[in-house]
Amino acid sequence: MRARYRIRKDEECISCFKCAKECSFGAIGVVDGRLVFHHDKCVDCQRCVSSCPTGAVFISEDMNRFRANSVFKEDDIREIGLQASTGGVLLSSMGARDGQVPVYFDKLLLNASQVTNPSIDPLREPMETAVFLGQRPERVERGVDGRLVDNLPPHLELSTPVMFSAMSYGAISLNVHKALALAAQELGTYWNTGEGGLHESLYPYVRNTIVQVASGRFGVHETYLNSAAAIEIKIGQGAKPGIGGHLTGKKIVGDVSRTRMVPEGMDAISPAPHHDIYSIEDLAQLVMSLKEVTGYRKPVIVKVAAVHNIAPIASGIARSGADMISIDGYRGGTGAAPKRIRDNVGIPIELAIAVVDQRLREERIRDRVGIIASGSIRSSADVVKAIALGADAVSIGTAALCALGCHICASCHTGRCAWGLATQDPELTKRLDPDEGARRLVNLVNAWTKEIKEMMGGMGINSIEALRGNRRALRGVDLNVKELEILGIGYAGE
Amino acid sequence: MKKEGEVRISSGCAICGIFCKDGRRITGDAIKRSISVMHNRSNGLGGGFAAYGIYPQYKDFFALHIFYDSLSSREETERFLDRRFDIINLSKIPIRQTPRISDAPLVWRYFVTPLPHMLADSQLDEDEYTSRAMIRINNSIQGAYVVSCGKDMGVFKAVGYPEDVADFYRIDEYEGYSWTAHGRYPTNTPGWWAGSHPFSLLDLTVVHNGEISSYDANRRAVEMYGYSCNLLTDTEVITYILDYLTRKQGLGLKECAEVMAAPFWSTIAAKDEEERRRLSYLRKMFSAFLVTGPFSIIVGYSGGMMALNDRLKLRSLVAAQKGDTVYFSSEEAAIRVIEPAPDRVWKPRGGEAVIVSLERRGI
Repeated sequence: MRARYRIRKDEECISCFKCAKECSFGAIGVVDGRLVFHHDKCVDCQRCVSSCPTGAVFISEDMNRFRANSVFKEDDIREIGLQASTGGVLLSSMGARDGQVPVYFDKLLLNASQVTNPSIDPLREPMETAVFLGQRPERVERGVDGRLVDNLPPHLELSTPVMFSAMSYGAISLNVHKALALAAQELGTYWNTGEGGLHESLYPYVRNTIVQVASGRFGVHETYLNSAAAIEIKIGQGAKPGIGGHLTGKKIVGDVSRTRMVPEGMDAISPAPHHDIYSIEDLAQLVMSLKEVTGYRKPVIVKVAAVHNIAPIASGIARSGADMISIDGYRGGTGAAPKRIRDNVGIPIELAIAVVDQRLREERIRDRVGIIASGSIRSSADVVKAIALGADAVSIGTAALCALGCHICASCHTGRCAWGLATQDPELTKRLDPDEGARRLVNLVNAWTKEIKEMMGGMGINSIEALRGNRRALRGVDLNVKELEILGIGYAGE
Repeated sequence: MKKEGEVRISSGCAICGIFCKDGRRITGDAIKRSISVMHNRSNGLGGGFAAYGIYPQYKDFFALHIFYDSLSSREETERFLDRRFDIINLSKIPIRQTPRISDAPLVWRYFVTPLPHMLADSQLDEDEYTSRAMIRINNSIQGAYVVSCGKDMGVFKAVGYPEDVADFYRIDEYEGYSWTAHGRYPTNTPGWWAGSHPFSLLDLTVVHNGEISSYDANRRAVEMYGYSCNLLTDTEVITYILDYLTRKQGLGLKECAEVMAAPFWSTIAAKDEEERRRLSYLRKMFSAFLVTGPFSIIVGYSGGMMALNDRLKLRSLVAAQKGDTVYFSSEEAAIRVIEPAPDRVWKPRGGEAVIVSLERRGI
């Protein structure tokens, strides 16, 4: 197949061959003491470029182009060729590709105080980012002495409105899980096991762990459920709504096999639906079963992909006894998904947050659930906008992986991640030091928290709860009337 | 230009209040002199007063103060009221024409009580029954606006400077144990009478100085409980939050203050175990009612008054006491002009509610 990228080196090269050692895709080799480039194997992960001591390696797009056609683009022609030769379903990873659907976050602008009320300086005044996530009862209760009784059900408390998204052990390495757990603990937030079970060595992080129960039920047992602060039922994922998962037998090795409770070498297949959930009342039963097995001490989250009728779905979940809804948008990432599904199914997270928050308010049940938004949260500004639209908190997956080295080459499904993240090859996984990784994750979230405080202070808001659903803090640009109506915001200048 | 309610208008303001703990009833003259000292905190686009204890002869009836744009809106409203209430008395509110107050609507007053069979059928208490009826008038009868609807109290407001509003409504002829006043400095408004303050629901009245940054979060939260914020003003949303927390959730005013101007988490962490639990509970349970940004408010209600600042004290608020009389004001000068030698003058801290109550009921 024709190469997509070209690898080049210039005269600065000192022939140390580090690039060849670092390349896990076999694109750079050494023959007779000379570097040899196999351009067709390059995925543009940037590992060689980042590790070259003299800055002598360059990766660029191949200059050769198919003849331009306004309908059949280069990728279309390339993919038709690939399918004609293999007869297979196209696989992809990470989030939906660029250019197809607007990124609404980029069309939202934040407000700031001028004259009529003062902005607040986060360096001088307290600026609060702690978030309560869970159900609120309808009424206060008082004891016989008239004192308030704490009737809040089990809930989560975050020091900052950013959590780590579900990424399974198997899809990513144990070192990545360790880094996430360490970082969540230090930050006072939560990380999520994904559907691959929880490695025993991570049981001590129970206060900052969310364990997932997905359709394959991999690694689910009583100890697992009780080794977490909350339990998440995964119904769907933004990158591949409506379909299940498939972890190849190649990745089911050693501890992954043990943790997942799947024999070594056997494919781990998550069915598309949960086989005990065919309707909303079945979900309510699973929610209550999980609460029963954990003694009603742990809140339950239901994670769904943002799809067309997300508002009534969320309403049904809010009435199921679940404490939180996690909504994953169209652009959400994945370790592997069929490309057509990833790029064509679901709706953007911004619209999903807006309609769900509004619908739950209209039905007067917004207090019954917390809303967690995910699916391409890239920066602190995205966090602030998601919360102003109505989310309680967000979770980040791709951004967390980027903090650990990921350059979004979208080759996770190959299992050859050169950054040692989405792989189980021990030679590659050791490239990530969990402590160093945790430090970078902590830095990232702390930096975002500082920026969130700056933006809040500029708006004269000194606590995150006053930002939640505060849609007047937002104005849109380059949006049509319908989009503004769905987002529940005004146009810039209005 | 759009009027209040069609667009959100921010404003700076002057507020003050006088409360006689012994129930002594004083005329509106003192509050007028007090608020007029702060003339330059207003710009002539809104002023008003709330008074308690002014209708002792009708104290068991809801006193409705209503603005009408036209005769037809009055007729429609009276038909609406007739079907739901026994109207004990009705009259125009007496006014004194002054060239500084113009474009006055028709200003009427009714003393009413819910029709017993209608009230029984509704399965509501009389407060809820009355408040729903009043909200319906405001929402659905074109050109009618209920200014106040509590018992033994009333709101008098207009477009103009507060001292001129006082003359217009002849408030020196009313006697009450509790008075609040408001002078408004909106940044942008054509001036609409109903948009002036105090804002009220049942016997609850609020005068407010500030611009809250949490407005839309608070508005969308309170609208979930059946309120409808039509004026898009801070004062309106604060009034509804207070009504919800006190009347529907049964919180005390101090607890309301601990929700709306909640102590910082760092302050809560330093409290003893029981207090820490209580304050954390209130913050978590009612997080959507945390009000941020600058505000100072004086809340009037039957038998009491509360003054409260935002938790950073981003607006001025002074309190003073002389004997059984308590004063609140945006500026100390407005207190000194009516009480030159107070026993005590202090500045309540941010988030610290000052609550005063009748010690014994007046005549």
